[in-house]
Amino acid sequence: MGGAGVTGTFVGMPTFPVAARRALGDAQLRHNLGQATATIRAKRQRLVEEVDAAVPTSAADPQGLGGWEALRRAGAAVKEAALRSLPEHLERLEAELVANGATVHWARDAAEACSVVAAVARAHGVREVVKVKSMVTQEIGLNEALEAEGVAAWETDLAELIVQLDEDLPSHILVPAIHRNRAEVREIFLRRMKEVGRAAPDGLGDEPAALAAAARSHLREKFLSARMAVSGANFAVAETGTLVVVESEGNGRMCLTLPEVLVSVVGIEKVVPTWEQLDPMLRLLPRSSTGERMNPYTSTWSGTAAGDGPGEVHVVLLDNGRTRALADEVGRQALRCIRCSACLNVCPVYERTGGHAYGSVYPGPIGAILNPLLNGVGHDDQVDSLPYASTLCGACFEVCPVRIDIPSVLVDQRAQVVDAHRGRRRSGEAVVMRLAAATLADEGRLGFAERFTGVGLRAARRGAGWPGLRRWTGARDLPRPPRESFRAWWRRTGGGTR
Amino acid sequence: MSAREEVLAAVRAALVGVVPAPDPPRAPQVRPPRDVVAHFAERVADYRAVVERCARDELEARVAAALAPASTVVVPPGLDLAVAGAVEDAGLAARELEEFEAVVTRARVGIAETGTIVLDHGPGQGRRALTLVPDRHVCVVAAGQVVLDVADALAVLDPRRPQTWVSGPSATSDIELERVEGVHGPRTLHVIVVDDAQPLD
Repeated sequence: MGGAGVTGTFVGMPTFPVAARRALGDAQLRHNLGQATATIRAKRQRLVEEVDAAVPTSAADPQGLGGWEALRRAGAAVKEAALRSLPEHLERLEAELVANGATVHWARDAAEACSVVAAVARAHGVREVVKVKSMVTQEIGLNEALEAEGVAAWETDLAELIVQLDEDLPSHILVPAIHRNRAEVREIFLRRMKEVGRAAPDGLGDEPAALAAAARSHLREKFLSARMAVSGANFAVAETGTLVVVESEGNGRMCLTLPEVLVSVVGIEKVVPTWEQLDPMLRLLPRSSTGERMNPYTSTWSGTAAGDGPGEVHVVLLDNGRTRALADEVGRQALRCIRCSACLNVCPVYERTGGHAYGSVYPGPIGAILNPLLNGVGHDDQVDSLPYASTLCGACFEVCPVRIDIPSVLVDQRAQVVDAHRGRRRSGEAVVMRLAAATLADEGRLGFAERFTGVGLRAARRGAGWPGLRRWTGARDLPRPPRESFRAWWRRTGGGTR
Repeated sequence: MSAREEVLAAVRAALVGVVPAPDPPRAPQVRPPRDVVAHFAERVADYRAVVERCARDELEARVAAALAPASTVVVPPGLDLAVAGAVEDAGLAARELEEFEAVVTRARVGIAETGTIVLDHGPGQGRRALTLVPDRHVCVVAAGQVVLDVADALAVLDPRRPQTWVSGPSATSDIELERVEGVHGPRTLHVIVVDDAQPLD
């Protein structure tokens, strides 16, 4: 994975329509995703209703928005304020981190961030690092970069471990191995664990509890021997130099606490200005993500602490396309994203095609805008296809805990893709749109054209579509032609009166 | 230009003509329940943690009972509680901690709405590894330490101290979305709420 472009779109992935068609044929994937997304959706909805019921209507919510809506407005406002004054917050974050004993590095792109992490590993002579599940280290292709330097990076989240052992790709932000069933996981553990560390026990069953226990014992050995860990961060508090990692399994705590050296790769958009402003964020994220009031473990640390945890703490502040997104007036709001994955779970397109079809570590509605925003459009057909991977139904906007108006950004990204392709050979779509504009602008021309619509549609439905228009017709079914046009019907019936 | 200068310059360039946002509104706060400590106990129990309430003079017996299945117990300095046969942590290595079945600590604050205990790893709470490696965590929370929601907890916590927020035992739903308690952290979380008013300092 990783490698292509500035962000990790999977190498050699076909454009979304091609990949989606393939995914639609995968019954296991569709079944697992349907069940997973429906379950998490229902859990989240119960908690949204609980917050609505728990917040008094008058005092705390003068506008009568409902508790949850008021909460997500507060969360959106925190992230928006952080982004709009990002330079001062980043400088403050850096100063506080340094004052707290951390070493701060800056990285323009993926390669630079990877080389910082590799240099720390080299300086300590480590051959193995343990990793906390982190989207950003997948985005920059860190595992592959470290491997090239002779350093093995072990994923310690259960799902990431499954994906890594099988040399597979993640399919969901929150539950990356959701496309695998228990029998497959058992087979992967039996086959692979012994090759890379403590073997799975003989007679391993396929109960999730037994599989989790096998992972516990396999990874415990790595936690106890690892001298260096790599993490991301969910939030970085500027005024106190505090990093926050939110997790469930305890693998995060293991990585953040036991090794001597810790390197955290943090996107510059993770900044939250003040400690108190974690309030809406820590209430929104677990409810939106796993549908829990709070995730089992949240760790916070501000640099180093005497006699507790790693004695050497590094933070890599990463751009890698984020300043490109920040400059996009409509798309900037995508940087508010807290990677909860609620938008994936409500998306009718994601639910049916799954995480691989988007060809990126960021799938679903947020991926459909984040990838083009981070990479830029007009130079990679795969990235350019993503803003079209949506029906614009708006469900993603409704659930987003930081109110990212994903449909508006999708539409704007589509316009940018079209603009980027202007000046290339004029596409069939562009020719037809110009013809349509000319026809609709003139009543005579419209009447003339209508007489041939039925004939044209019938011809096109029989054939494979019009030559030059297959990119349009390939992803759309043509409608059955009407017996007569609306205008002809109106003339004949007097608007339905006779 | 250094990476630092270049990234900061790119951030500034991206924001030319963008006005700073107004101060965010305070997030809405939930209505206090009649009994915030009972609310806390219910919410902790929702995570399939063991929760019980007791009076101050019952505490040591309750802790001993909670530890009953465990024969090797480690405690942090400053616990201020007699635990028979327990070893006090004096910088044990992780592999040594692995030999203990259980740990007893106090906490810094309890959050009722989310059923969370927060450790800031001060006296009686131990360093972070202490409550992570052993498989059973018995945590004593004073009723006076329980606050209503996240904002109230943030207000009393010192961000300069490392913190661990614990909401139930370690858990995963990574395989077919079936919840399994206990992957890497303690598989059993046992919270004992002592009904005395030990005020937050």
